[in-house]
Amino acid sequence: MNIDSIQNGVVLDHIQAGKSMDIYRYLHLDQLDCSVAIIKNVKSAKMGKKDIIKIDSPMEVDLDVLGYIDPNITVNIIRDGVRVDKKHVELPKRLVNVIHCKNPRCITVSEPQLDAIFLLSDPATRTYRCAYCETAKDKKL
Amino acid sequence: MPRNLIDITDLSVEEIDQLIATAEDIIANPAKYQDACAHKQLATLFFEPSTRTRLSFESAMLALGGSTLGFSEANSSSTAKGETVGDTIHTVSCYADIIAMRHPKEGAPFAAAQYSEVPIINAGDGGHNHPTQTLTDLLTIHREKGRLNNFTIGFCGDLKFGRTVHSLVNALSRYANINYVLISPLELKLPRYVKEEALKKKGIPYSQTTDLESVIPELDILYMTRVQKERFFNEEDYLRLKDSYILTPEKLEHAKADLSILHPLPRVNEITVAVDRDPRAAYWRQVKNGKFIRMALILKLLGIQV
Repeated sequence: MNIDSIQNGVVLDHIQAGKSMDIYRYLHLDQLDCSVAIIKNVKSAKMGKKDIIKIDSPMEVDLDVLGYIDPNITVNIIRDGVRVDKKHVELPKRLVNVIHCKNPRCITVSEPQLDAIFLLSDPATRTYRCAYCETAKDKKL
Repeated sequence: MPRNLIDITDLSVEEIDQLIATAEDIIANPAKYQDACAHKQLATLFFEPSTRTRLSFESAMLALGGSTLGFSEANSSSTAKGETVGDTIHTVSCYADIIAMRHPKEGAPFAAAQYSEVPIINAGDGGHNHPTQTLTDLLTIHREKGRLNNFTIGFCGDLKFGRTVHSLVNALSRYANINYVLISPLELKLPRYVKEEALKKKGIPYSQTTDLESVIPELDILYMTRVQKERFFNEEDYLRLKDSYILTPEKLEHAKADLSILHPLPRVNEITVAVDRDPRAAYWRQVKNGKFIRMALILKLLGIQV
Protein backbone atom coordinates (compact mmCIF):
# COMPACT_ATOMS: atom_id res chain seq x y z
CA MET A 1 0.00 0.00 0.00
CA ASN A 2 1.39 3.42 -0.94
CA ILE A 3 0.73 6.63 0.94
CA ASP A 4 2.17 9.78 -0.62
CA SER A 5 4.88 11.67 1.21
CA ILE A 6 3.81 14.98 2.64
CA GLN A 7 5.41 18.34 1.81
CA ASN A 8 4.60 20.38 4.91
CA GLY A 9 3.16 18.80 7.98
CA VAL A 10 3.66 16.28 10.78
CA VAL A 11 4.29 12.56 10.86
CA LEU A 12 3.55 10.72 14.10
CA ASP A 13 5.60 7.54 14.07
CA HIS A 14 6.16 4.56 16.36
CA ILE A 15 2.57 4.56 17.55
CA GLN A 16 1.70 1.35 19.33
CA ALA A 17 -0.36 -0.74 16.89
CA GLY A 18 -4.05 -0.06 17.41
CA LYS A 19 -3.63 3.27 19.22
CA SER A 20 -3.81 5.59 16.22
CA MET A 21 -7.55 6.18 16.51
CA ASP A 22 -7.13 7.21 20.16
CA ILE A 23 -4.59 9.79 19.06
CA TYR A 24 -6.84 10.91 16.21
CA ARG A 25 -9.58 11.54 18.76
CA TYR A 26 -7.45 13.17 21.50
CA LEU A 27 -5.69 15.53 19.06
CA HIS A 28 -9.06 16.42 17.48
CA LEU A 29 -7.70 15.59 14.02
CA ASP A 30 -11.26 15.18 12.78
CA GLN A 31 -11.52 18.98 12.91
CA LEU A 32 -8.72 19.50 10.36
CA ASP A 33 -9.51 20.32 6.73
CA CYS A 34 -6.23 18.91 5.40
CA SER A 35 -5.48 15.31 4.43
CA VAL A 36 -4.84 13.00 7.37
CA ALA A 37 -3.63 9.46 6.75
CA ILE A 38 -3.94 6.79 9.43
CA ILE A 39 -1.79 3.83 8.58
CA LYS A 40 -2.38 0.83 10.80
CA ASN A 41 -0.30 -2.29 11.42
CA VAL A 42 2.79 -1.20 9.50
CA LYS A 43 5.65 -3.71 9.76
CA SER A 44 8.37 -2.47 12.11
CA ALA A 45 11.76 -4.02 12.84
CA LYS A 46 11.72 -2.53 16.35
CA MET A 47 8.06 -2.91 17.28
CA GLY A 48 6.81 -5.76 15.12
CA LYS A 49 3.76 -3.72 14.15
CA LYS A 50 3.11 -0.02 14.54
CA ASP A 51 0.70 2.71 13.47
CA ILE A 52 1.63 5.96 11.70
CA ILE A 53 -0.36 9.16 11.28
CA LYS A 54 0.52 11.66 8.52
CA ILE A 55 -0.97 15.15 8.73
CA ASP A 56 -0.60 17.15 5.53
CA SER A 57 -0.49 20.58 7.14
CA PRO A 58 1.78 22.29 9.69
CA MET A 59 0.25 22.16 13.17
CA GLU A 60 1.20 22.44 16.82
CA VAL A 61 0.97 18.95 18.27
CA ASP A 62 0.09 18.61 21.95
CA LEU A 63 3.08 16.59 23.14
CA ASP A 64 1.48 16.05 26.56
CA VAL A 65 -1.42 14.22 24.98
CA LEU A 66 0.91 12.02 22.98
CA GLY A 67 3.12 11.37 26.00
CA TYR A 68 0.09 10.34 28.03
CA ILE A 69 -1.18 7.94 25.38
CA ASP A 70 2.20 6.47 24.48
CA PRO A 71 5.58 7.99 25.47
CA ASN A 72 7.36 6.04 22.72
CA ILE A 73 5.78 8.03 19.89
CA THR A 74 8.08 10.19 17.75
CA VAL A 75 6.96 13.43 16.14
CA ASN A 76 8.55 14.33 12.79
CA ILE A 77 8.15 17.86 11.45
CA ILE A 78 8.25 18.02 7.64
CA ARG A 79 9.07 21.20 5.68
CA ASP A 80 9.34 21.21 1.87
CA GLY A 81 9.32 17.44 1.85
CA VAL A 82 12.26 17.20 4.26
CA ARG A 83 12.25 16.20 7.94
CA VAL A 84 13.52 19.27 9.81
CA ASP A 85 12.88 18.12 13.37
CA LYS A 86 12.28 14.90 15.28
CA LYS A 87 10.81 15.09 18.78
CA HIS A 88 10.62 12.35 21.35
CA VAL A 89 7.74 12.70 23.76
CA GLU A 90 7.86 12.02 27.51
CA LEU A 91 5.36 10.96 30.10
CA PRO A 92 4.01 14.38 31.17
CA LYS A 93 4.05 15.25 34.86
CA ARG A 94 0.82 17.26 34.54
CA LEU A 95 -2.14 16.98 32.20
CA VAL A 96 -4.58 19.85 31.77
CA ASN A 97 -7.94 19.27 30.08
CA VAL A 98 -6.82 16.04 28.44
CA ILE A 99 -8.68 13.56 30.61
CA HIS A 100 -11.52 14.13 33.07
CA CYS A 101 -12.33 12.83 36.53
CA LYS A 102 -15.09 10.25 36.82
CA ASN A 103 -15.47 10.47 40.62
CA PRO A 104 -19.06 11.70 41.14
CA ARG A 105 -17.96 13.37 44.39
CA CYS A 106 -15.25 15.43 42.67
CA ILE A 107 -15.77 19.20 42.33
CA THR A 108 -14.75 19.05 38.65
CA VAL A 109 -17.79 16.88 37.92
CA SER A 110 -20.27 19.37 39.38
CA GLU A 111 -18.32 22.39 38.12
CA PRO A 112 -17.06 21.33 34.69
CA GLN A 113 -15.74 24.79 33.84
CA LEU A 114 -12.76 24.07 36.13
CA ASP A 115 -9.58 22.93 34.42
CA ALA A 116 -9.32 19.14 34.63
CA ILE A 117 -5.84 18.72 36.10
CA PHE A 118 -4.17 15.35 36.55
CA LEU A 119 -0.74 14.73 38.07
CA LEU A 120 1.57 11.79 37.42
CA SER A 121 1.69 9.85 40.69
CA ASP A 122 3.54 6.71 39.61
CA PRO A 123 5.67 6.74 36.45
CA ALA A 124 6.25 2.96 36.67
CA THR A 125 2.56 2.17 36.29
CA ARG A 126 1.83 5.43 34.40
CA THR A 127 -0.83 6.27 36.98
CA TYR A 128 -2.35 9.74 36.97
CA ARG A 129 -4.44 11.15 39.79
CA CYS A 130 -6.94 13.97 39.76
CA ALA A 131 -5.28 17.02 41.37
CA TYR A 132 -8.57 17.84 43.10
CA CYS A 133 -9.78 14.55 44.60
CA GLU A 134 -6.77 12.22 43.96
CA THR A 135 -8.88 9.61 42.18
CA ALA A 136 -6.71 7.54 39.83
CA LYS A 137 -7.48 7.60 36.14
CA ASP A 138 -7.95 4.22 34.59
CA LYS A 139 -5.24 4.00 31.95
CA LYS A 140 -7.56 2.23 29.51
CA LEU A 141 -8.53 4.86 26.97
CA MET B 1 0.72 33.47 45.94
CA PRO B 2 -0.75 33.06 49.44
CA ARG B 3 0.21 30.04 51.49
CA ASN B 4 -2.65 27.51 51.72
CA LEU B 5 -3.37 24.33 53.64
CA ILE B 6 -5.27 22.03 51.29
CA ASP B 7 -3.62 18.71 52.12
CA ILE B 8 -1.67 17.83 55.26
CA THR B 9 1.39 17.12 53.10
CA ASP B 10 1.44 20.82 52.16
CA LEU B 11 3.21 21.15 55.51
CA SER B 12 6.68 19.70 56.06
CA VAL B 13 7.39 17.64 59.17
CA GLU B 14 9.43 20.57 60.48
CA GLU B 15 6.51 22.94 59.97
CA ILE B 16 4.14 20.56 61.77
CA ASP B 17 6.59 20.29 64.66
CA GLN B 18 6.77 24.07 64.73
CA LEU B 19 2.94 24.36 64.77
CA ILE B 20 2.78 21.90 67.65
CA ALA B 21 5.40 23.92 69.54
CA THR B 22 3.42 27.13 68.94
CA ALA B 23 0.19 25.45 70.10
CA GLU B 24 1.94 24.29 73.28
CA ASP B 25 3.13 27.86 73.88
CA ILE B 26 -0.40 29.20 73.30
CA ILE B 27 -1.73 26.71 75.88
CA ALA B 28 0.93 27.80 78.37
CA ASN B 29 0.74 31.54 77.67
CA PRO B 30 -2.65 32.48 76.15
CA ALA B 31 -2.40 36.16 77.07
CA LYS B 32 0.68 36.54 74.91
CA TYR B 33 -1.43 35.80 71.81
CA GLN B 34 -4.69 37.59 72.62
CA ASP B 35 -4.11 40.52 70.27
CA ALA B 36 -1.92 38.80 67.70
CA CYS B 37 -4.60 38.98 64.97
CA ALA B 38 -6.16 42.32 65.90
CA HIS B 39 -7.96 43.86 62.87
CA LYS B 40 -7.64 40.61 60.89
CA GLN B 41 -10.71 38.80 59.61
CA LEU B 42 -11.30 35.10 59.15
CA ALA B 43 -14.08 33.98 56.79
CA THR B 44 -15.58 30.60 57.64
CA LEU B 45 -17.36 29.31 54.53
CA PHE B 46 -19.20 26.14 55.42
CA PHE B 47 -21.07 24.70 52.47
CA GLU B 48 -21.81 21.68 54.66
CA PRO B 49 -22.89 21.62 58.33
CA SER B 50 -20.35 21.42 61.12
CA THR B 51 -20.27 22.14 64.83
CA ARG B 52 -16.75 21.62 66.05
CA THR B 53 -14.66 22.66 63.10
CA ARG B 54 -16.46 25.93 62.36
CA LEU B 55 -16.76 26.95 66.00
CA SER B 56 -13.16 26.03 66.76
CA PHE B 57 -11.96 28.15 63.84
CA GLU B 58 -14.08 31.06 65.01
CA SER B 59 -13.06 30.56 68.62
CA ALA B 60 -9.41 30.40 67.54
CA MET B 61 -9.62 33.67 65.61
CA LEU B 62 -11.47 35.43 68.43
CA ALA B 63 -8.87 34.23 70.95
CA LEU B 64 -6.22 35.80 68.73
CA GLY B 65 -8.04 39.15 68.84
CA GLY B 66 -9.36 38.92 65.28
CA SER B 67 -12.92 38.79 63.99
CA THR B 68 -14.95 36.40 61.86
CA LEU B 69 -17.58 36.42 59.13
CA GLY B 70 -19.10 33.74 56.92
CA PHE B 71 -21.95 31.28 56.52
CA SER B 72 -22.73 27.89 57.97
CA GLU B 73 -24.70 26.25 55.17
CA ALA B 74 -24.70 26.48 51.39
CA ASN B 75 -28.36 27.56 51.31
CA SER B 76 -27.50 30.86 52.99
CA SER B 77 -24.92 31.75 50.32
CA SER B 78 -25.10 32.47 46.59
CA THR B 79 -24.25 28.82 45.99
CA ALA B 80 -28.00 28.27 46.23
CA LYS B 81 -28.32 30.54 43.16
CA GLY B 82 -25.79 28.47 41.26
CA GLU B 83 -22.63 30.48 41.97
CA THR B 84 -19.41 28.53 41.45
CA VAL B 85 -16.88 27.91 44.20
CA GLY B 86 -14.39 30.07 42.30
CA ASP B 87 -16.69 33.10 42.18
CA THR B 88 -17.67 32.75 45.84
CA ILE B 89 -14.04 32.57 46.89
CA HIS B 90 -13.02 35.43 44.62
CA THR B 91 -15.68 37.56 46.30
CA VAL B 92 -14.89 36.58 49.87
CA SER B 93 -11.16 37.02 49.39
CA CYS B 94 -11.95 40.72 48.80
CA TYR B 95 -13.37 40.94 52.34
CA ALA B 96 -11.31 38.60 54.51
CA ASP B 97 -7.63 38.08 55.31
CA ILE B 98 -7.89 34.28 55.47
CA ILE B 99 -10.57 31.71 54.57
CA ALA B 100 -11.46 28.38 56.16
CA MET B 101 -13.84 26.40 53.97
CA ARG B 102 -15.73 23.15 54.16
CA HIS B 103 -17.40 21.74 51.09
CA PRO B 104 -19.17 18.44 50.32
CA LYS B 105 -17.33 18.04 47.01
CA GLU B 106 -13.85 16.53 47.00
CA GLY B 107 -11.18 18.94 45.77
CA ALA B 108 -13.30 22.08 46.26
CA PRO B 109 -10.59 23.78 48.41
CA PHE B 110 -7.99 23.00 45.73
CA ALA B 111 -10.30 24.70 43.21
CA ALA B 112 -10.83 27.61 45.61
CA ALA B 113 -7.10 28.16 46.02
CA GLN B 114 -6.83 28.87 42.30
CA TYR B 115 -9.11 31.90 42.69
CA SER B 116 -8.14 33.23 46.11
CA GLU B 117 -5.87 36.12 46.93
CA VAL B 118 -5.75 35.14 50.60
CA PRO B 119 -4.77 31.87 52.32
CA ILE B 120 -7.28 29.01 52.02
CA ILE B 121 -7.61 26.40 54.74
CA ASN B 122 -9.34 23.15 53.86
CA ALA B 123 -11.79 22.52 56.71
CA GLY B 124 -12.96 19.26 55.12
CA ASP B 125 -13.83 18.36 51.52
CA GLY B 126 -16.30 15.51 51.25
CA GLY B 127 -14.75 12.16 52.08
CA HIS B 128 -11.35 13.34 50.93
CA ASN B 129 -9.23 15.34 53.38
CA HIS B 130 -9.48 17.22 56.65
CA PRO B 131 -5.98 18.51 57.40
CA THR B 132 -6.81 20.70 60.43
CA GLN B 133 -8.41 17.70 62.13
CA THR B 134 -5.13 15.93 61.40
CA LEU B 135 -3.17 18.72 63.04
CA THR B 136 -5.55 18.41 66.00
CA ASP B 137 -4.94 14.65 66.10
CA LEU B 138 -1.17 15.11 65.90
CA LEU B 139 -1.18 17.66 68.73
CA THR B 140 -3.34 15.29 70.79
CA ILE B 141 -1.07 12.30 70.18
CA HIS B 142 1.94 14.48 71.01
CA ARG B 143 0.33 15.68 74.26
CA GLU B 144 -0.94 12.21 75.25
CA LYS B 145 2.17 10.20 74.32
CA GLY B 146 4.91 12.82 74.36
CA ARG B 147 6.04 11.74 70.89
CA LEU B 148 4.91 11.25 67.29
CA ASN B 149 6.81 8.01 66.65
CA ASN B 150 7.27 4.49 68.02
CA PHE B 151 3.70 3.32 68.63
CA THR B 152 0.96 1.07 67.29
CA ILE B 153 -2.18 2.88 66.18
CA GLY B 154 -5.48 1.23 65.30
CA PHE B 155 -7.95 2.98 63.00
CA CYS B 156 -11.45 1.61 63.50
CA GLY B 157 -14.76 2.07 61.70
CA ASP B 158 -15.36 3.77 58.38
CA LEU B 159 -11.91 3.94 56.86
CA LYS B 160 -13.25 4.35 53.32
CA PHE B 161 -15.08 7.67 53.68
CA GLY B 162 -13.35 8.81 56.88
CA ARG B 163 -11.36 11.75 55.58
CA THR B 164 -9.72 12.31 58.96
CA VAL B 165 -8.26 8.82 58.72
CA HIS B 166 -6.84 9.44 55.24
CA SER B 167 -5.16 12.65 56.33
CA LEU B 168 -3.81 11.21 59.58
CA VAL B 169 -2.38 8.10 57.90
CA ASN B 170 -0.69 10.38 55.37
CA ALA B 171 0.74 12.60 58.09
CA LEU B 172 1.95 9.80 60.37
CA SER B 173 3.60 8.00 57.46
CA ARG B 174 6.34 10.62 57.69
CA TYR B 175 7.22 9.64 61.26
CA ALA B 176 9.33 6.62 62.22
CA ASN B 177 8.41 3.21 63.56
CA ILE B 178 4.63 3.34 63.59
CA ASN B 179 2.55 0.19 63.14
CA TYR B 180 -0.87 0.58 61.55
CA VAL B 181 -3.79 -1.71 62.34
CA LEU B 182 -6.74 -1.03 60.03
CA ILE B 183 -10.02 -2.27 61.53
CA SER B 184 -13.11 -1.99 59.36
CA PRO B 185 -15.90 -3.90 57.64
CA LEU B 186 -14.75 -5.20 54.25
CA GLU B 187 -16.93 -2.61 52.49
CA LEU B 188 -15.33 0.30 54.37
CA LYS B 189 -11.63 -0.55 54.05
CA LEU B 190 -9.03 2.16 53.65
CA PRO B 191 -8.96 3.18 49.94
CA ARG B 192 -6.24 1.52 47.90
CA TYR B 193 -4.69 4.84 46.88
CA VAL B 194 -4.14 5.84 50.52
CA LYS B 195 -2.50 2.50 51.31
CA GLU B 196 -0.35 2.67 48.20
CA GLU B 197 0.77 6.28 48.47
CA ALA B 198 1.15 6.59 52.23
CA LEU B 199 2.19 3.09 53.31
CA LYS B 200 3.20 0.62 50.59
CA LYS B 201 5.46 2.98 48.66
CA LYS B 202 7.37 3.78 51.85
CA GLY B 203 7.56 0.14 52.95
CA ILE B 204 5.53 0.86 56.10
CA PRO B 205 3.94 -2.25 57.66
CA TYR B 206 0.20 -2.44 58.26
CA SER B 207 -2.38 -5.10 58.94
CA GLN B 208 -6.09 -5.23 58.18
CA THR B 209 -8.78 -6.92 60.20
CA THR B 210 -12.53 -6.84 60.78
CA ASP B 211 -12.17 -7.81 64.46
CA LEU B 212 -11.52 -4.99 66.95
CA GLU B 213 -11.43 -7.16 70.06
CA SER B 214 -8.65 -9.42 68.80
CA VAL B 215 -6.26 -6.51 68.19
CA ILE B 216 -7.17 -4.08 70.98
CA PRO B 217 -4.50 -5.43 73.43
CA GLU B 218 -1.66 -4.44 71.09
CA LEU B 219 -2.74 -0.82 70.51
CA ASP B 220 -1.16 2.31 72.01
CA ILE B 221 -3.70 4.55 70.27
CA LEU B 222 -7.20 3.68 69.11
CA TYR B 223 -8.67 6.10 66.58
CA MET B 224 -12.42 5.50 66.39
CA THR B 225 -14.57 6.87 63.57
CA ARG B 226 -18.24 7.20 62.80
CA VAL B 227 -19.88 5.43 59.88
CA GLN B 228 -20.93 8.51 57.95
CA LYS B 229 -24.51 8.40 56.72
CA GLU B 230 -24.03 11.40 54.43
CA ARG B 231 -21.38 9.59 52.36
CA PHE B 232 -23.61 6.68 51.33
CA PHE B 233 -25.59 6.72 48.11
CA ASN B 234 -27.62 3.77 49.39
CA GLU B 235 -29.35 3.93 52.80
CA GLU B 236 -29.55 0.13 53.04
CA ASP B 237 -25.76 -0.12 53.00
CA TYR B 238 -25.54 2.50 55.75
CA LEU B 239 -28.06 0.69 57.97
CA ARG B 240 -26.23 -2.60 57.51
CA LEU B 241 -22.82 -1.17 58.46
CA LYS B 242 -23.56 1.59 60.99
CA ASP B 243 -23.28 -0.58 64.10
CA SER B 244 -20.20 -2.53 63.03
CA TYR B 245 -18.08 -1.36 65.97
CA ILE B 246 -19.24 -0.09 69.33
CA LEU B 247 -16.57 0.59 71.93
CA THR B 248 -17.67 -0.31 75.46
CA PRO B 249 -15.90 -0.47 78.87
CA GLU B 250 -15.99 -4.29 78.54
CA LYS B 251 -14.04 -4.23 75.28
CA LEU B 252 -11.47 -1.96 76.90
CA GLU B 253 -10.75 -4.45 79.69
CA HIS B 254 -8.06 -6.09 77.58
CA ALA B 255 -6.56 -2.84 76.31
CA LYS B 256 -3.30 -1.32 77.55
CA ALA B 257 -3.46 0.85 80.67
CA ASP B 258 -1.96 3.78 78.75
CA LEU B 259 -4.09 3.42 75.62
CA SER B 260 -5.28 6.76 74.20
CA ILE B 261 -8.73 6.73 72.58
CA LEU B 262 -9.20 9.41 69.94
CA HIS B 263 -12.28 10.27 67.89
CA PRO B 264 -12.70 13.22 65.52
CA LEU B 265 -16.35 13.54 66.65
CA PRO B 266 -19.28 13.79 66.23
CA ARG B 267 -19.99 10.30 67.47
CA VAL B 268 -23.27 8.49 67.07
CA ASN B 269 -23.07 5.27 69.09
CA GLU B 270 -19.62 3.90 68.22
CA ILE B 271 -18.28 4.89 71.66
CA THR B 272 -20.72 4.38 74.51
CA VAL B 273 -21.08 7.29 76.93
CA ALA B 274 -19.76 5.06 79.74
CA VAL B 275 -16.33 5.13 78.08
CA ASP B 276 -16.17 8.91 78.62
CA ARG B 277 -15.35 8.29 82.30
CA ASP B 278 -12.33 6.17 81.40
CA PRO B 279 -9.12 8.26 81.72
CA ARG B 280 -7.96 6.71 78.45
CA ALA B 281 -10.71 8.57 76.62
CA ALA B 282 -8.82 11.48 75.06
CA TYR B 283 -11.46 12.76 72.65
CA TRP B 284 -12.70 15.68 74.74
CA ARG B 285 -9.13 16.81 75.29
CA GLN B 286 -8.75 16.40 71.53
CA VAL B 287 -11.60 18.88 70.92
CA LYS B 288 -9.84 21.47 73.06
CA ASN B 289 -6.55 20.90 71.25
CA GLY B 290 -8.33 21.69 67.97
CA LYS B 291 -8.71 25.31 68.92
CA PHE B 292 -5.07 25.77 69.90
CA ILE B 293 -3.59 24.15 66.79
CA ARG B 294 -5.91 26.24 64.59
CA MET B 295 -4.67 29.37 66.38
CA ALA B 296 -1.12 28.31 65.55
CA LEU B 297 -2.09 27.62 61.92
CA ILE B 298 -3.83 30.98 61.43
CA LEU B 299 -0.74 32.75 62.75
CA LYS B 300 1.50 30.78 60.42
CA LEU B 301 -0.56 31.32 57.26
CA LEU B 302 -0.94 35.03 58.01
CA GLY B 303 2.81 35.25 58.60
CA ILE B 304 2.37 36.65 62.11
CA GLN B 305 5.10 35.99 64.63
CA VAL B 306 4.52 36.50 68.35
